[in-house]
Amino acid sequence: MSSISAPALARRQAQWLRPARIGVYAFLLSAAVFFLLPLYIMLVTSFKSMDEIRLGNLFALPIQVTVEPWVTAWTSACTGVACEGIRGGFWNSVLIVIPSTVLPILLGALNGYALSFWKPRGANLLFGILMLGAFIPVQVMMFPLVRILATLGLFSSLPGIVLVHLIFSMPVMTLLFRNYYQAIPQELFQAARIDGGGFWRIFVQLMLPMSTPIIVVAAIMQVTGVWNDYILGLVFAGRDNLPMTVQLNNVINTTTGTRLYNVNMAATILTSLVPLTLYFVSGRWFVRGIAAGAVKG
Amino acid sequence: MSAAMKLKPKQLLRQLLSWVALLPMASTVLVAYLGSVLWSLRVSFTNSRTFPSDQYVGLAQYQRLFENERWLLSLQNLALYGVLFILACLLLGFLLAVFIDQKVMAEGALRTVFLYPYAMSFVATGLVWQWMLNPGNGIQQAVRQMGFPNFNFDWIIDQDMVIYTIVIATVWQASGLVMALLLAGLRGIDEDIWKAARMDGIPTWRVYVSIVLPMLGPSVATVFVLLFTAVVKVFDSVVSMTQGGPGTASEVPAKFIMEHLFGRANIALASAGSIVLLLTVLLLVVPFMLARQRQARTQAEKA
Amino acid sequence: MSSVSIRKLSVRFGATEVIKDLDLDVIESEFLVLLGPSGCGKSTLLHSIAGLIDASDGRIEIGGQDMTWVDPTDRRIGMVFQSYALYPTMTVERNMSFGLRISGTPKAEIERRVKRVAEMLHLAPLLQRKPAQLSGGQRQRVAIGRALVREAAVFLFDEPLSNLDAKLRAELRRELKLLHKHLRSTMIYVTHDQVEAMTLATRIVVMYAGKIQQIGAPAEVYEKPENLFVAGFLGAPAMNFLHGTLKVAADSIRFESVGMTFDVSAYAFRTPPSNGQAVVLGIRPENLQLRSDGALQASVSLIEPMGNHHVVWLDFAGGLFSSVVTGALAFGVDAPVRFTLEVGQVSLFDRASEQRL
Repeated sequence: MSSISAPALARRQAQWLRPARIGVYAFLLSAAVFFLLPLYIMLVTSFKSMDEIRLGNLFALPIQVTVEPWVTAWTSACTGVACEGIRGGFWNSVLIVIPSTVLPILLGALNGYALSFWKPRGANLLFGILMLGAFIPVQVMMFPLVRILATLGLFSSLPGIVLVHLIFSMPVMTLLFRNYYQAIPQELFQAARIDGGGFWRIFVQLMLPMSTPIIVVAAIMQVTGVWNDYILGLVFAGRDNLPMTVQLNNVINTTTGTRLYNVNMAATILTSLVPLTLYFVSGRWFVRGIAAGAVKG
Repeated sequence: MSAAMKLKPKQLLRQLLSWVALLPMASTVLVAYLGSVLWSLRVSFTNSRTFPSDQYVGLAQYQRLFENERWLLSLQNLALYGVLFILACLLLGFLLAVFIDQKVMAEGALRTVFLYPYAMSFVATGLVWQWMLNPGNGIQQAVRQMGFPNFNFDWIIDQDMVIYTIVIATVWQASGLVMALLLAGLRGIDEDIWKAARMDGIPTWRVYVSIVLPMLGPSVATVFVLLFTAVVKVFDSVVSMTQGGPGTASEVPAKFIMEHLFGRANIALASAGSIVLLLTVLLLVVPFMLARQRQARTQAEKA
Repeated sequence: MSSVSIRKLSVRFGATEVIKDLDLDVIESEFLVLLGPSGCGKSTLLHSIAGLIDASDGRIEIGGQDMTWVDPTDRRIGMVFQSYALYPTMTVERNMSFGLRISGTPKAEIERRVKRVAEMLHLAPLLQRKPAQLSGGQRQRVAIGRALVREAAVFLFDEPLSNLDAKLRAELRRELKLLHKHLRSTMIYVTHDQVEAMTLATRIVVMYAGKIQQIGAPAEVYEKPENLFVAGFLGAPAMNFLHGTLKVAADSIRFESVGMTFDVSAYAFRTPPSNGQAVVLGIRPENLQLRSDGALQASVSLIEPMGNHHVVWLDFAGGLFSSVVTGALAFGVDAPVRFTLEVGQVSLFDRASEQRL
């Protein structure tokens, strides 16, 4: 016996097949095709031989799958003067990203902690300027920073690029942690002070351990942002430390002679692999980061 | 903060400790942010070329800037690009958010698909779309091969149309972000409002237009500010997709400035350009943030 | 006619049956309160009457017409939500007229109705304000006005006072009661707060686990609860319960428990009790009197001063029993006291079936 009466069933079915419903799915599926198309083309191109690309159709699946473009991209593509593939850029990016994630998170947490709980006088004004600073176009700060780094002897070096990332990510990191700590009840902090905790002890032993969710969000945002950065790496990293994005652009746009589209696409995927994997793995945390970072001020 | 509050030695120590901890932030704000803005401002009033000089020339650089054809072209491009990009992102992002909010199946998968482009770098996006829009091997050729020999899609090498290709590529990348932010706003709307609207007999689309959209005002404003700053900063996409070409057809201010900072060695002109960019951004951001603060204060007073 | 008739209503969500075979008749012009704990189905019932939730089975009639499958907006009902759900970006006037505008009602008619309702609810000076500029009571009236403008015959209220602080709640409760007296429309009101139910209702429907436990006027439900659930749910502090057995003799029926016995021959038994029947005796705190000549003895465990009365908790028969005492107390905590039960006010329930005897 059906668990639902006939009119109810008929009504429910009518709702699902309404033209509006079909329209919704039609739109969403078309949009999905639009969004997935470049990914599909990237993948498909990277597994074709150049002959297939020249003679074949952009959308066609590879008739003969080859991983040669991937090998070339990784080991022997020309990134300017050297032709050692993009793997160098990969390791450079790794070396840049790790300190450029850890340090800004620590500083952001420290700033957020001091601003939310200790509220030293004048700190809010400083914070306000920092928030405004997030909107300053990087070109305004470019040359002065070049001069500062040169003076410190850090221009075109790994510590230099890390310092630059630290400077540029401070507003967002501080904002994230400040907002997070503001949501923590003041009573908790006061209880810790009554228990005898000082500035550093409360930070290290109470607040940091409580910050795991926001640290995860901050890490995801920072890894993605730093890995995908181009302009800062271009200017500040120095030829030996060029991140993968810069080398990728070199591979594709500054190559003389025949353009190897399959190698180009393989290189592009390789460059996007880290942030995309992080994105697909982190799911909701990624979105949380966007939402938190967008609530400026 | 009452200035009349006398600080006891212990309180003084406490404040000092906090300030010590905030030293990195303070030095960053003062030296890196304020300092560099002031420095660039100063340089823009000089005739520095490769190195900063001490010769002041008043507003001459700004004058020269606005007589520079390439700069004017880049501003024109930026304006056109900006309007199209922001409108398209808002529209597409809003539609995506609204449609996903209709309790569809596989909502999680769809959201993942719409947002993944944002996880890619602008460089990668530019390169992929450059490949796809390649007239010889890309979409134009593919469609022709499928039986439409007169199909034309060579915008990327067309001086008049190239800016639209950059719009397409960056809208593809950023719409997911707009969708995510607006969807969060949509989900924050009291469910009872939907029930009340149903009781009032208001069709779904009308609820979105007349009730939900006005309620989303703050979210839309935030999204607009984010998109606007992204427009002013656009650099990576242009460099990777068209290198500013063909010719100078897709030149943008950020690229113009970078070239004059480094390649063409005219830091005074470049600084003037960057200050102009800064003012453009501040003109929008400062009122926005002040309005936000005011709104937050009135809400706090009510609570 | 504006009454509501529900026959054999069942509402299922997937595999869970929230409401099963429910029958209910709502009398015209009454203030019917659906009372029960969270999850008892009262909100689901209200939403089903509104048409916001589809019935899985059964029939709903409003004003004599079958409305089981009719859209909410055509049922001639109005609904007031917990958060009032006023459209925040519209003025009061627009909030009330929006639905009418959408349905194409002529402008003159809309103006006429809005004006009439605004006068009735004293909203005329507030018509151009936005919800954020209104007080809680004003918002409640606008929410009601929104339904009145659509010439609703029945009003549904979904816990409208739950989110408010105690003072505002009491004030709006009174406003609501005055409004009902003035409008004389049928009102169906959902709440988990028994004080609201007792003060507002002409009849209370006590619900639990998707079923109606009892329907009756507040006094009846309070004084003569149908089962143990209703007995324990209404009244604060809750009714005191004593387990015992009935000793049925030729000339008397007695309730016997540990260390005590009462003559309950005068109790209005519905069916003759059997000897040795296991029962539960319920007595309300106000009917448990502390008297120096009382037959029973206990020690005071706890005293809760309530301003105009005290709630005294007694350690008795292995449990805590409450008594309401007005006036000054002649004793303190841990003191031994004597008390009696007003036998005429007890309720007897069969221990197994939990039903009233």
